[in-house]
Amino acid sequence: MNNVVKITSVKRESHDTRTFRFTFDKDAKAGQFVMVWVPGIDEIPMSLSSVRGKKSITVKAIGDATNAINKLEKGNYIGIRGPYGNGFSVEKSKNILIVGGGVGVAALMPLVRMTGSDTIIGARNKAEIIMKSDIERYSENVWVSTDDGSYGFKGNAVDLMKKKMKEKEYDLIVACGPEIMLYYVHKACTDASVDCQLSLERFMKCGAGLCGSCVMDGMRICEDGPVFNSEEITELKELGRFKRSPSGKKVKL
Amino acid sequence: MNALATHIGNLRLERPGMVASGIMDETGGSMIRMLSLGAGAVVTKSIGSVTKEGHINPTFIEYPFGYLNAMGLPNPGIDEFADEMKDAVKAGVIIGSVFASSPKEFAELAVKMETYKASAVELNLSCPHAKGYGIEMGTDPDLVFKIVSAVKNAVKIPVHAKLTPNTHIITDIGKAVQDAGGDAVVAINTLKAMSISPEFARPVLSNKFGGLSGPALRPVGVRAIYDLRNALEIPLIGVGGIYDHRDAIEYIMAGADAFQVGSAIGKDINVLKKINAGLENFMKEFGYSSIEKMVGAAHE
Repeated sequence: MNNVVKITSVKRESHDTRTFRFTFDKDAKAGQFVMVWVPGIDEIPMSLSSVRGKKSITVKAIGDATNAINKLEKGNYIGIRGPYGNGFSVEKSKNILIVGGGVGVAALMPLVRMTGSDTIIGARNKAEIIMKSDIERYSENVWVSTDDGSYGFKGNAVDLMKKKMKEKEYDLIVACGPEIMLYYVHKACTDASVDCQLSLERFMKCGAGLCGSCVMDGMRICEDGPVFNSEEITELKELGRFKRSPSGKKVKL
Repeated sequence: MNALATHIGNLRLERPGMVASGIMDETGGSMIRMLSLGAGAVVTKSIGSVTKEGHINPTFIEYPFGYLNAMGLPNPGIDEFADEMKDAVKAGVIIGSVFASSPKEFAELAVKMETYKASAVELNLSCPHAKGYGIEMGTDPDLVFKIVSAVKNAVKIPVHAKLTPNTHIITDIGKAVQDAGGDAVVAINTLKAMSISPEFARPVLSNKFGGLSGPALRPVGVRAIYDLRNALEIPLIGVGGIYDHRDAIEYIMAGADAFQVGSAIGKDINVLKKINAGLENFMKEFGYSSIEKMVGAAHE
C-alpha cells in the first residue's frame, strides 16, 4: 500500500542535503530503500538513513524530485512505500571498513549506528562533507577524503580506502556512492582478496522486482539488491559501463 | 517422456509456464535468467515502433491482493530491441510481444520479431493504460479481426492475441482472433483500476488509471478461459494471478494449454521452478500422465 507520512523533523546536513524524519511503522534493515512519492512531480527510490524507531531519508537536491523534497518542511506529507531490497548482511564479519562517497554516506548511516565500524567519508570538498559528527558518535575511527584536499586526506575515497587497508586488516568493505567509485572499490577489494558489499543504484519504476527496469545483467537492483557482494559484482558486466534509460535502452555511462 | 511438455498448436514447450509480458523481459539478460529459472518460454516486454519512456512515476502500487500498475508501455523501440533478442533466443523459447496503433504497424513489428527469431508473436490488444493502444483497439472484434489477419499475412511464426477482461464480449473478440487465423488466445491482461490518495486528494498513479494484477485477478481470468474454451477451437494460454501450481491447474482445467506468470515473480524469482515441481507431484498423485490430459478437465 502507499503510505502517506508526516515529516516530523528536517535536519540540514550541508548546503544542498537534508535529512527528513517520519514515522513509518514497518521493520526495515540497514541498506534497504523506500519509494518516495512527491505528488505531481515523481516517485524515486531513496535509501533509508535510519531504520530503527523513526525512519529517515537523506536527500541531496539534484533533480526535480530531490529539489522538491528538499523544500519540504516539518508537518508536510510525503508518500512512502517499501521498504524494499535485501540490505547489508554483516553478521559474519569482524573488522568492517565502511566507505561512503557523497550522499552515499547516508545509506550507510544505519550500519554505522549498528556496528560502530571504521568509516571513510568521501567528498568533493569541505562543503560537501555530510554526517561527520553523527558518525563520530558511533565510530572510533572516522576519516575524511576530499578531492581538492580542502579537508582531511587529499584524494578520492578509494585511494584513502586502499591506504587504510594496508594499515589494518579488514575482512569486509561496505560501500555506497557514485558508480565509478564503487567500480574501483570492487577492483581494489578483488586485488586485495577482501570481500565487499556495495549498494548499487538504477532508475526504477516498480521497486518491487517486477518490471525489470532496474536490471543490470538480468539482476534486479531493487529486489536482488541493492546490495551485492564481491562475487555477484564480478558477474555484473554492466557496472560502471552501461545503464538503462526509462525506455529500457542501453546507455553508455 | 516429459510430463510437463505441452503444445500451443505447433509450438512445443518443455514446461507449461511462461513469463508474462511486462515482467523481467525488457533485456536479454533478464530473459535468459528467467529461462534458467524454470520458464517454458518468456514473452518479451511489449515493443512498439519507436522508443517510449512510459509514464512518469508513480507507476506502481502494492496491495495485499495484488498490484496496480501503469507503466505506459516503456520500451526501447523495435530496432533497439534486436540486441536484447540476439542472445535470448539462443537460450530458449522467446515470444515477441508487440503493441501498435494500426493493423499495418502490428504486421511490421511482427515481421521484425520473426527476423529476430522469436518463436511466436503475441499481440498486445489489451493494455489498459496507454492512450491509442491496447484495449482501445482490443475491444472491437472487427478491428481485432483486421489486426490478426494483417499479422497472419505477414509472418509464418504463430500469432497469439492477448485479450482484455475489460469487456463483456471477450468470447466475440476471441472468435475474431480465431476467424482471422490466429493461433492462440492469451487471457487475460490486467483489469482497469485506480487508486486515490486521501491525504493528497488525487490519484496516486501519474496516469490516473492502471491495470490490476495479482491474486485478485485469478478468478476473473479463470472464468474468461472457461468461457473462451467453450467458444473457441484454438489453443488458449491462461494468465492472471497464478502464484502456485494449484492456481496454474485452475487455468489448465478451465481449458488453457499453457499459462503465464507475472506478478508472482516479484516476490519469488524461483516461482516457476516451484510451480513445475508442484505440477509434477500433483499429476503423480491424481493420475495425470501429461499436462494435455488436464486441459479442460473441469468441463463436462
